Amino acid sequence: MELKRQHLIDPVVCIRCNTCEETCPQDAITHDRNNYVVMAEKCNFCRACVSPCPTGAIDNWLLVSRPWSIDDQFGWEELPVGESGPGEAEAAPLPPEEVSDLLAAATQTTGPMVPPPASAAKPYTNLYSRETPVTARVAGNMRITGDGTESDIHHVVLDFQHNAFPFLEGQSIGIVPPGTDAKGRAYNIRLYSIASPREGERTGFNNLALTVKRVPGGVGSNYVCDLKKGDEVQVAGPFGQAFLMPDDPQANIIMICTGTGAAPFRGFTERRRRNAQDATGKLMLFFGARTPEELPYFGPLMKLPKSLIDVNLAFSRVPDRPKQYVQDKLRERADELAALLGSDKTHVFICGLKGMEQGCDEAFADICRLHGLDWAGLRPRMREEGRYHVETY
Amino acid sequence: MSSINYAEKIPNNVNLSEDRKLQRALESWQPHYIDWWKEMGPEGTSTSEVYLRTAISAEPDGWAQFGHVKMEDYRWGIFLAPPEKDRKVNFGAHKGEDAWQEVPGEYRAMLRRLITVQGDTEPASVEQQRLLGKCCPSLYDLRNLFQVNVEEGRHLWAMVYLLHAHFGKDGREEAEEMLQRRSGDEDKPRILGAFNEKTADWLAFFMFTFITDRDGKYQLCALAESGFDPLSRSCRFMLTEEAHHMFVGESGVGRIIERACQVMKENRTDDVRKFGVIDLPTIQRYLNFHYSVTSDLYGAEVSTNAATSYNMGLKGRFEETKIGDDHQLENTTYSVLHPVNGGFQAIEVPALNALNERLRLDWAEDVAKGVERWNKIIAKYGIDFRLTLPHLAFNRAIGHFSDIAVDPSGKVISTEEFARRRDEWLPSQSDLAYVQSLMGGAVTQPGKFANWIAPPARGINNQAVDFDYVRFA
Repeated sequence: MELKRQHLIDPVVCIRCNTCEETCPQDAITHDRNNYVVMAEKCNFCRACVSPCPTGAIDNWLLVSRPWSIDDQFGWEELPVGESGPGEAEAAPLPPEEVSDLLAAATQTTGPMVPPPASAAKPYTNLYSRETPVTARVAGNMRITGDGTESDIHHVVLDFQHNAFPFLEGQSIGIVPPGTDAKGRAYNIRLYSIASPREGERTGFNNLALTVKRVPGGVGSNYVCDLKKGDEVQVAGPFGQAFLMPDDPQANIIMICTGTGAAPFRGFTERRRRNAQDATGKLMLFFGARTPEELPYFGPLMKLPKSLIDVNLAFSRVPDRPKQYVQDKLRERADELAALLGSDKTHVFICGLKGMEQGCDEAFADICRLHGLDWAGLRPRMREEGRYHVETY
Repeated sequence: MSSINYAEKIPNNVNLSEDRKLQRALESWQPHYIDWWKEMGPEGTSTSEVYLRTAISAEPDGWAQFGHVKMEDYRWGIFLAPPEKDRKVNFGAHKGEDAWQEVPGEYRAMLRRLITVQGDTEPASVEQQRLLGKCCPSLYDLRNLFQVNVEEGRHLWAMVYLLHAHFGKDGREEAEEMLQRRSGDEDKPRILGAFNEKTADWLAFFMFTFITDRDGKYQLCALAESGFDPLSRSCRFMLTEEAHHMFVGESGVGRIIERACQVMKENRTDDVRKFGVIDLPTIQRYLNFHYSVTSDLYGAEVSTNAATSYNMGLKGRFEETKIGDDHQLENTTYSVLHPVNGGFQAIEVPALNALNERLRLDWAEDVAKGVERWNKIIAKYGIDFRLTLPHLAFNRAIGHFSDIAVDPSGKVISTEEFARRRDEWLPSQSDLAYVQSLMGGAVTQPGKFANWIAPPARGINNQAVDFDYVRFA
C-alpha cells in the first residue's frame, strides 16, 4: 500500500473565517457554502496557513492511499479520522529479510524480543520497501564536524513532500545506493537512524534528518554524504519497533552514545524540548567522541538549557588531557545514575559502536554495587519492561 | 521577513526608531495605556501567567509564538501587514491612483473619524469583559478571554499609531481621549451604543465575540480596502486576530448548546434549568438581542456618509477587489428593504448610498452560516429545535426600522404588543438572573469545566484540553 500525506481542514472546529484561503501562497484552499477545503494536487505543505489559523482546524494531516477530492471534503460534517482515504487499504508488508537481519545484528545484546517502552507511541513500520520505495528530495546536506578533522560526519535533511512518511524518534530508514556491485548485483540496503523528532526538523514539516559518517570506500555512506540539495533519494522504511522514546513526561531517559549514535538522541531531546518542557523526567546524555571538533552537534548541544538535559561529554583524543570514554563519565555521575536506576520510570538507551557496550555494562555494574543495587538482576528486568535498549553496529 | 523588533520599548515593524518625534509621542502615551489596562483590564490578574499567542513577525510563519506570560508583560505594539507592491486605490473617485502613504489633506477629518470610531471599540470591549474572569467556566476559557483582551489592547495600539503618525496634535488628543472614555459611563460613554452594554455573563461574552466581533471583522475588511495604505495594512494584520475572537464566540456558544442537548437527551426533558444548564430558548433570546443590537452598528440603511467615504477611497466594500463591477458605482443601484404601509418593500437606491446596508447583509449572511453550524449540533442529538436569526427590522434603534415595532419573524406589530411580548423574544430579567446564577466561582482546575458548558473539541496549539492554560501566582 502506498500512503500519501494529505492536508485537511477539520469542519467541526473551523469557523470559516477565510484566513487560510487568504494566506495560502499556492491558492490550494477554497470553500463552498459548507466547508473550507484543501486541494491535494495544489498543496505543497508549506504550512503558511497553519500559524495564522485561529482555531487549529487547519492543522490536520492524514495518511491516505488516495487523496480525498474537494467534492468529498465539501460534503463532510467531520474529518474521517482513522480512515486512509477513499481507496481500499491493504495490509503493510512485513520487513524484508535483509532489514530484519540488520536490525537483529544491531540489537543482538538485548535480543529480538525486547519490547518498546510501555508509553511509546505506536510506530508505523515497513510502509516502503526496496521494491516500492518512496522518493525523498534532499533539502540540505552539511558537514557537522570541524574542517580539519579526519571524521567527516554529515547532517542530511530529506523532504518527503506529498508522500506520507510517519516515523517516531529512534526508528531508522533504509537507503539502497544506486548502481551495482562488481558482480553486477544491486547493493544491499543500508539503515540510518533518524535524527529528528516525529514532527520533522521543523514542526509539521514532512522531513527528517540523518547523521551519517563517511567511511573511506563505503558505498552507502559516500553516496549519502555526497548528496546535493535537490537530489532525489529512494527510501525504504520506517523500520524499528522497540528502540523508541517513552512518551511519559515522567520517564527518566539515560542516553549513551558515540559518534553518529547520537542521531536518535537528537530526536529524543528535541521531542522533549518542543513538546514537554515541563516534563519532570530527567534526560541524561553521555556522549563520546575523540575531540569536540569531531562531536556531531557539539554547538547546539552546548546551547541546550540544563533544565532540559544533563550533558556529559567524554573526549579520548584531546591533547594534554587524559583520555576519557563514556564509561568514565558514567562513573563520575554514579550517585545521580544510581538514584535514577532505582526508579521504575528510568530507561537506558545505548547507541553507537559495538565496542562501547561492554564498558557501559561494567560501569553500570560498578555503580549498582556501590549503591546497593543488583545490576545482574536489574538489567534483564529493565529489558523485559522495555526500559533497556541497545543498538550498536 | 517582516520581523517585529521586540528590543524596542514599543515592539514594532514600522521602524519607529527612525522617527524620534513619533517614538517619543507614543512612549509618552504608553504609561497612560498601562494605567488604563491596570484600572480597566481584566480584574485581579496582575500575577497570573497566561498561555498567550504573540506575533513575532507579520509574515504567516511568524504569527504564533505561544508561551506563559503575565498580561502586563504582553508585548503590545505596532504591527502592520507586509506592504503590497505597487498597491493602488481600488475604488471611488481616485481609482487607479497609487495608494496613499500619507493622509490626503482634504480627507483628514473623515479619516480621523473612521479611525477613532474603530479604535474606540477596542478598549471598550476590554472594559465590558473585565469581570468575566471571576466566573470563568474553565482555564481553557479563561485563557481565551485573556487572549481576546490583549488582542483588543493591541488593536487600540494599531489605531493610536495611525492617529499619532498621521494626524499630529489632533490625533494625539484623540488617542488620549480613548483612554478617558469608559464603557457604560454616563458622562463619558464609548462612542458606539453596543459597546456601552454590560457583558455580565459568559453566554453574553460568547455571543458578543461571535456576533459583535464579526461586525468588527466586516468593518476591518472595509477599512483594509482603504486607499490610505497604513490603515489598510493595520487592518489586514488585525483581521487575523479578529478571526480568533469569532472562534472563541462560535465554539463557546456551540459548547453551551452541546451541553444543553446532552442534558435534554440524558433526562428526556426540555426543562434543563433544574439541571443547572442553559436552555435553548434562552440561547435564542440572547441571539436575538445581540444580533439586533449589533445590526445597529452599521448605521442607517441609506447613508450619504458611507457614500462619501467610499468616493474618497477611504472605506471600501467587503472584498472590494473581488467584486466584478466598476468600483465607482456612479450609475448603479442597490435594493434596500424599506418599511412601507405596515409591511416591507425592496426599493432600489443609488448603490453608493446603500453601502452600510450591503456590509450589514454580508455580515448577516456570515452570522447565519455560524448559526447553521450550531443547528447541526442540535440535529446531531436528534432534538427538534432550530435557532433562527430574527428579521433585520427586529428591535432596531438606528436606521429606518427604528420607528416601527417588528416581531422576530418580520411581522409589523404595535409598540404595545412589542412591549407586552418583549420577554418572549429578548432576555428577560429572570433569564439574565438565571444565567447569572450559574456564574458562580471560577473553575480553575486544569481539565475541569463548569456544568453548563461542554469541553472543547481540541486544546490550544495542540496542547491537551487539561493543560494549565493559566497559572496563578
